[in-house]
Amino acid sequence: MIGARGVGVRLGGRQILTDVGLSVPAGAWLAVIGPNGAGKSTLLKAVLGLVPHQGEVLVQGRDVRGLRPRERARLIAYAPQNPVLPPDMTVADYALLGRTPYIPYLAGETAHDRDVTRSVLARLDLSELAARPLGRLSGGERQRVVLARALAQQAPVLLLDEPTTALDLGHQQQVLELLDRLRLADGLTVVTTLHDLTLAGQYADTLLLLSKGRTAASGPPGQVLTEDLVTAHFHAHVRITRPYGRPAVHLERPGNRSAPPG
Amino acid sequence: MNRTAGRTRWALVAAAALLLACMAAGLLAGAAGLSPGSVLYALLDRLPFVSLDSGLLPVEQGVLFELRVPRVLLAALVGGLLAIAGAGYQGVFRNPLADPYLLGAAAGAGLTVTVVIVALGDSGAVPVAAFAGAVGGVLLAYALGNTAGRGGGTATLVLAGVAVTSFLTAVQTFVQQLKVEELQRVYAWILGDVGGGWPQLAMVAPYALVSVVVMLAHGRLLDVLAVGDEEAASLGLHARRVRFAVLLAASLATAAAVAVSGLIAFVGIVVPHVVRRLAGWSYRIVLPLSLLGGAAFLVVADLVARTVLAPAELPIGVVTAFVGAPFFVLVLRLTRRVET
Ligand SMILES: Nc1ncnc2c1ncn2[C@@H]1O[C@H](COP(=O)(O)OP(=O)(O)O)[C@@H](O)[C@H]1O
Ligand SMILES: [Mg+2]
Repeated sequence: MIGARGVGVRLGGRQILTDVGLSVPAGAWLAVIGPNGAGKSTLLKAVLGLVPHQGEVLVQGRDVRGLRPRERARLIAYAPQNPVLPPDMTVADYALLGRTPYIPYLAGETAHDRDVTRSVLARLDLSELAARPLGRLSGGERQRVVLARALAQQAPVLLLDEPTTALDLGHQQQVLELLDRLRLADGLTVVTTLHDLTLAGQYADTLLLLSKGRTAASGPPGQVLTEDLVTAHFHAHVRITRPYGRPAVHLERPGNRSAPPG
Repeated sequence: MNRTAGRTRWALVAAAALLLACMAAGLLAGAAGLSPGSVLYALLDRLPFVSLDSGLLPVEQGVLFELRVPRVLLAALVGGLLAIAGAGYQGVFRNPLADPYLLGAAAGAGLTVTVVIVALGDSGAVPVAAFAGAVGGVLLAYALGNTAGRGGGTATLVLAGVAVTSFLTAVQTFVQQLKVEELQRVYAWILGDVGGGWPQLAMVAPYALVSVVVMLAHGRLLDVLAVGDEEAASLGLHARRVRFAVLLAASLATAAAVAVSGLIAFVGIVVPHVVRRLAGWSYRIVLPLSLLGGAAFLVVADLVARTVLAPAELPIGVVTAFVGAPFFVLVLRLTRRVET
C-alpha cells in the first residue's frame, strides 16, 4: 500500500532525513517513533509530498510526486502535529473542509459532501457538537474533530502526526481505540507518529524507529522496543515488560535497577 | 448547515436593503430639494418601456442625473471595492489588520499623482496616474517579497509592502517639496473625492467587475486557507495560487477605487471587521457583505461630507475616519465576546 525507499530530505541546508525506507501493507498500522527532532514529522510530510525529497514514495503503487494535488488528497489524508483550528469556525464547517479534494476549484460543496461529513461526525460522536466553534472544545474533542476532517476526505491512507499529544491517559486510549476500530471497519492503512512508546507498541503492527534522521530499527514491536535500542536512541533508563505479548516500556530511576519491586 | 445557508441569504438581503436605503438618502439630500416622489418617477422613467412624468425641471433633471446619481454610484462602487479588497487582503494574509493599502497601492498612487500634478499641473491625467501607481506599488512589493523570501511567505510580503510604502512615500515627499504651491491639490486628492461623475465610473467599472467576481468566487478557498498552507496543501489546494489570484483581484479593486477617489482611509479595514462581528468568519459571507456594507458606508459618508457644512464640503476621507472610528468602537463593544 505504502512503500518508500531511500527517502532523503534536506531543509534549510541541513540533511534532516537520510535513506529512510518503509513499507506498510493495506490495512496495517505503522507507528513511527524516535526522540524529539529525529525527523518523524518530516517523514510524514515527505510521504505526503509536502516537502521536497529524494528517493521514491509509492502509494497504491503510484509515485506521489506524479499525482496531481487533488488526486493525492483523495488517496492520503493527513493531520499535522499542531493543526490550526480557527476559533470561530464551527465543527461541521471544519470537518467539511475534508471534502476539498472532491470540489472543483471554484465550485461549492454538494449535498453528497454534506452527507458524508454528517455521517463522519455521527460516527465520531460529534453530531451534538456540530454547531460548536472550534475555540470552545476540550483537548479530546479537538483531536476527534481533526480526525473527523481527515475521515471526511475518504482516503484509504491516514497519516496522523502525534494524534495523542496533549491528551490525558484516558483520552489517549479513546482516540487510539477509535482509530483502530475505524481502521478495521474501513480497511484504512494508518501511519502515525507516537511519542509514547508503550502506546506505539500496543497499537501498531510495525514500528519504525528513527534516530537522527536515519532508520535505527524497524519491525514488529517486540523487535524494536528492546532495552538496548531504547537506551541507545532515547538516552533513557527503561525496563521492558510484555504484559499481553506486546512490549510495554517503563521508565526507571537511574541506579534503581536492582531494587526489588514493591 | 442549512441553517447557515438560510442565515447567509437573509444577511445578504438585509445588506442589500440597507444599501438601497442609503443610496435613496444620498439621492435626495442636497440643496436642490428634490422630492422623493419626483426622484422616484424620474428614475423609473429612465427604464426601458416605462414612461412617467416626474414633474422635474430640466435643471433639476440635470442635478439628479449628472451630479447626484453618478456621485452616489461612485461612492457605492469605491466603498464596496475598498471593503471587499480589505476583506480579501485579510484572507490572504490571515491577518485581520491587513488593509487594501498594505502592499504599497496607496504610496504608489500617491507618488504618481504627485508627479502628475507637480510636473504637468494637469488633473485630467490623475485617475490614470493613480491607477498605474497603485498597480505599480503592489507589483514592486510583490517582486521584492518574492526575491527576499523564497517560497513566497506572506510575512516577507508584508515587510516588502512596508518597505515599498516608506520608500515611495519618501520620494513623493521629495517631489512635493519641489513645488510647494501644489501641496494643497495633492493633499485634497489624498483626502478623497467621489465627484468624478459618469466618465470616471465608466473608466473603472470593468476593473471593478472583474476583480469583484474573482474575489467572490474565491470565498470558499479562502476559508480552506484559514487552516494554514500546509493543511490546505494536504487537502489538494495550491495555497500560493489561491493567494495570488485573490491578491491580484484585491489589488486591482484597490487600484480602481484609488484611481477615482483618492486615498480614502478606514473603509477597507473597518467594514470587513464589522461584518465579521455580525455575520461570522466565513469569507463566503464576509466578502459579499463587505461589498454591500462598504458601499452603503461610503454613500452615507459622502452624504455627511456634503451636507454637514453645506454649502462647503468636507473631504470624504475625513468623514470616514471621523464617523467610522466611533462606530467601529461601538460595534466592538456591542459584540464583545470571550476571546479564545
Ligand atoms: N522547515 C525546516 N527547516 C529546517 N529545519 C527543519 C524544518 N523542519 C524541521 N526541521 C528540523 O528537522 C529536524 C526534524 O524535525 P521533525 O521532523 O519535526 O522531528 P520530530 O517530529 O521527530 O520531532 C529537527 O531538527 C528540526 O529542527
Ligand atoms: Mg514531530
